[in-house]
Amino acid sequence: MSIALRRVQVTHSAACASPVQALAEINLEIAGGERVAIIGPSGAGKSTLLRLLATAQRPDSGTVELLQQQPWALGGGSLQKLRARIGLIQQAPPLPPRQRVVTAVAAGRAGQWSRCKSLLNLIYPLDVAGIHLVLGRLDLADKIFDRCDQLSGGQLQRAAIARTLYQQPELILADEPVSAMDPVLAEHTLALLNREAQQRSATLVVSLHNLELALRHFPRVIGLRRGRILFDRAAAEIGEGELELLYANEQLLAPQQSPLPQPPANRCC
Amino acid sequence: MPPNTSHDMSSTNAQTAQFRQRDPAAAPRLLLALTFLLLLWPGLHYSELDLSVLFDSDSSSAMGALLGNAWPPAHDQAFLELLWHSTLETLAIAIAGIALALPVALLAALLATRALSRAALHQNGSPALAGRLLRWPLRALLILLRSVPEIVWALLLVRAVGLGPSAGVLAIAISYSGMLGKVFMEIFESVDQRPARALVGAGAPRLMAFLYGILPNAAAEMLSYTVYRWECALRASVVMGFVGAGGLGQQLELSLRMFAGDEVLTILLVFLLLVLLADQLSRLLRKRLV
Repeated sequence: MSIALRRVQVTHSAACASPVQALAEINLEIAGGERVAIIGPSGAGKSTLLRLLATAQRPDSGTVELLQQQPWALGGGSLQKLRARIGLIQQAPPLPPRQRVVTAVAAGRAGQWSRCKSLLNLIYPLDVAGIHLVLGRLDLADKIFDRCDQLSGGQLQRAAIARTLYQQPELILADEPVSAMDPVLAEHTLALLNREAQQRSATLVVSLHNLELALRHFPRVIGLRRGRILFDRAAAEIGEGELELLYANEQLLAPQQSPLPQPPANRCC
Repeated sequence: MPPNTSHDMSSTNAQTAQFRQRDPAAAPRLLLALTFLLLLWPGLHYSELDLSVLFDSDSSSAMGALLGNAWPPAHDQAFLELLWHSTLETLAIAIAGIALALPVALLAALLATRALSRAALHQNGSPALAGRLLRWPLRALLILLRSVPEIVWALLLVRAVGLGPSAGVLAIAISYSGMLGKVFMEIFESVDQRPARALVGAGAPRLMAFLYGILPNAAAEMLSYTVYRWECALRASVVMGFVGAGGLGQQLELSLRMFAGDEVLTILLVFLLLVLLADQLSRLLRKRLV
């Protein structure tokens, strides 16, 4: 079992508002090598779920098991070793603008390389060939020695994906990885992520806004709404009604009801 | 649509009505200005500023003696050679002082910064309690190092290591490591934290998260501040010369004491050139890097 969540709860405590429950009583099991898409409306808790799986978010209650280990029972050193086996592709690519692409991609292996090797790599890039190969698969090979601030939004996102692929994680997580790409590129990138995961029998969990992409590329789809799992089944078995229920806008259906909780990313204060 | 238009009309009317109101910020601003003036008066009183002293016959004759023989600036061979050595000494004090301060400041800033807290990754940016408690003494040390002015360090060190440039170098190293450390720490905390957090999240050690995630964003600002501090060190080394820490300052003090106005003028001109040089250097470096 690659991922096992039992009765996991996450509450965001905002300073100026009542605490927002981002995830409520989540039970989820994902086997090694599975490829899963998470869909749902804004503020459903997709990002929180992915951060939880990336050990960037500690649950308030319940147990989290990743790659047969319980991250929150581990000491600092072992937790970092576990984290090196998990790769998270974030919605906004976290690459320093003044860094060159070759260095930014190489940083993916900073958890696996010795400190010495990482230090040397800053002075002279040690694995230009390997990085060139990864960038080539994302159609970005010609940008290898460019600085990150010279890339467009979509290119930057691909550079961030290249970093995570270069990390060679056993569990690949991606939070809206194609949001800054045009449809053709999005299609290509999702296919590539799936192919990479299959080739290395890594587990892949991707959150997506685009329903069609989710249903087309992923064997298993999880619908998330207001912090709860609404459905969890094979992509082929998902009915129209379920999707409508998932994206039903409460304000349109029943204007007197309170609005959906805001997404945790842009809280006030 | 008529209802819309009438709404627009009424809102325009309300706006013009508002424009007739007085600026709501005017009263607080006036109050602030008055408070400032009220605070200025006791300041002038306690600092015993008395401009009439300038026109006193004693002091004006002393000033006159100094200014009278200031032109032309001293330019005999022996004095210029002496000046050349003092200038080199001043430059050396500033460079050696900064070079000694840099590693100390970097190490202290790395240890004291909140930017590299592992716990901050999953606690919304706030570090663990143990980390906070460990960082406190370091911050206090940085405050101690920089709260004592370099001239005081120089006075203490002249007694410890004797007259000469080494006291100046040490004084600059001590007080500037405190200043550089504090500012580096703040630069580390003010740049985008997401790259470093992402790297820690991908299992990287914290030193690598710093080198790959924070340094690329912080380097230009750090360099520009260090060059500025070097310029300050240049000026400070002149002041410290007065208490016997070598360099141009010591020469300046000797010339002042002998009322050699021409020598004073030459030294001031050299000093002007040095600061100009530092300014050009920092501009050049900033243009290349930022």
